[in-house]
Amino acid sequence: MTEEIIIAGFGGQGILSMGKIMAYSGVMQDMEVSWMPSYGPEMRGGTANVTVILSDEKISSPILRQFDTAIILNQQSLDKFEDSVKKGGILIYDSHGIVRHPERTDISLYCISAVEEAAKMNNPRTFNMIVLGAYLRIRPVLTLENVVKGLGKSLPERYHYLIPDNEKALRRGMEIIGPAS
Amino acid sequence: MERELRLMKGNEAVAEAAIRAGTDGYFGYPITPQSEIVEYLMEANPAETTGMVVLQAESEIAAINMVYGGAGCGKKVMTTSSSPGISLMQEGITYIAGAELPCLIVNIVRGGPGLGTIQPAQSDYFQAVKGGGHGDYHLIVLAPASVQEMADFVELGFELAFRYRNPVMMLSDGALGQMMEKVYLNPQKERSGISPDWATTGKPPGRERNIITSLELDSAKQELFNLKLIEKYNEIREKEVRFEEYQCEDAEYLFVAYGTSARICQKSVQLARNEGIRAGLLRPVTLFPFPEKQISRLAEKVKIILSVEMSAGQMIEDVILAVGGKVPVFHFGRMGGMVQTPEEVLDFLKLKIKEA
Repeated sequence: MTEEIIIAGFGGQGILSMGKIMAYSGVMQDMEVSWMPSYGPEMRGGTANVTVILSDEKISSPILRQFDTAIILNQQSLDKFEDSVKKGGILIYDSHGIVRHPERTDISLYCISAVEEAAKMNNPRTFNMIVLGAYLRIRPVLTLENVVKGLGKSLPERYHYLIPDNEKALRRGMEIIGPAS
Repeated sequence: MERELRLMKGNEAVAEAAIRAGTDGYFGYPITPQSEIVEYLMEANPAETTGMVVLQAESEIAAINMVYGGAGCGKKVMTTSSSPGISLMQEGITYIAGAELPCLIVNIVRGGPGLGTIQPAQSDYFQAVKGGGHGDYHLIVLAPASVQEMADFVELGFELAFRYRNPVMMLSDGALGQMMEKVYLNPQKERSGISPDWATTGKPPGRERNIITSLELDSAKQELFNLKLIEKYNEIREKEVRFEEYQCEDAEYLFVAYGTSARICQKSVQLARNEGIRAGLLRPVTLFPFPEKQISRLAEKVKIILSVEMSAGQMIEDVILAVGGKVPVFHFGRMGGMVQTPEEVLDFLKLKIKEA
């Protein structure tokens, strides 16, 4: 099994951390992992993206043009990466701020209102974990148990008190995800 | 030997491996995309554990001269930088090579020329392999292709540097520096505390002074020294070539690529073979010495060779020399911080197959 994922959105949305948590979770699950961030001027505002690969085999290229899954958190990234999903792949996007929805018919589209949902839960910063939960429901490549362990590895100890809230957000994402209308 | 598993950026792996290798001193100056090395070492503060000195110099020029000094004392010393910073260090590097001193220099290459870009590139091949500084000298050049090798080549680099009394460069790039992968780290080694007999650590009674210099005004003596260097480089060529072959046994088409480009080409080989195109990859692990015999041997049985590098085509010159006109050799690669995808490499190969 090899899962090639792109996560893209605004800098500051927790894109790189979401990828990092997935990579750590992959390690917890005894998988090979690679985490390749965009580290250019986009990190200083604008768009950010990270390529995460989870695999049972040794990983070849950390740099990819086509992905099994795209997790998209803003309009620019949707415009940029919609065509990069492999045929039969998955595109998950957050509806917040999206004016042009994806149009492909040869991939599975999922829309989630994670920004709204996180606001309802009074914890807007866990919105990326709602998205991750949704992804894991659609593509259960990582167990929730290993993702919680991954969170523990990824977050510095002084932030470990945030783990329960993040786990709640992961579970919420798993509950609310459905196919895009 | 129990190795500790971590998930790390290539830059962090270099820093942690440096501490664990029992390095005596690190001298550097921050520059993107390798600043994590300095940051990691500053935070780890190994002065309190192993006694390793970590110093942020006032410039790259100061840093390399601190390395020169430390190396002259027989210490295990290193520096790291990225392309423009490595250019500033070239005077120091040729002096270190001329004085026959061991040290490790890590270049996390970014696009150039000039200040260029902060994104990954492989456009410093000429500088690392062909000189960079003045005079007839060679660095031993190691080209890691994974975070694991970024860590492993710190120890290997020091080992080779001391064995041959020669500066070693680890030629990496921004992608390897910034990406995270699993890495198994060696246990902590103690710093040796013993200096080699050539080191300038104070003259005890009963032996001649040790002199470390790259200056010899008597040309006849300087020529003898040049001949001695050539002998050393030839020994290195003989004994230290390292390379990796991937699916070369039945290959009709060969990629030659190092570092990040080698990882990309590995995927191109897989994609090609899915389509029935028998591609293979030769990855030079050492760039000096270059695996010319291995490439020459493969040139006997393949139809086309592509030198894939994130540059305008630099390593290709060594590939062409090794191939000796037996088969056509083409360059492919993106520049300026752009990175070629596995599909782009395959598309280019298909184009060349069609044209042939």
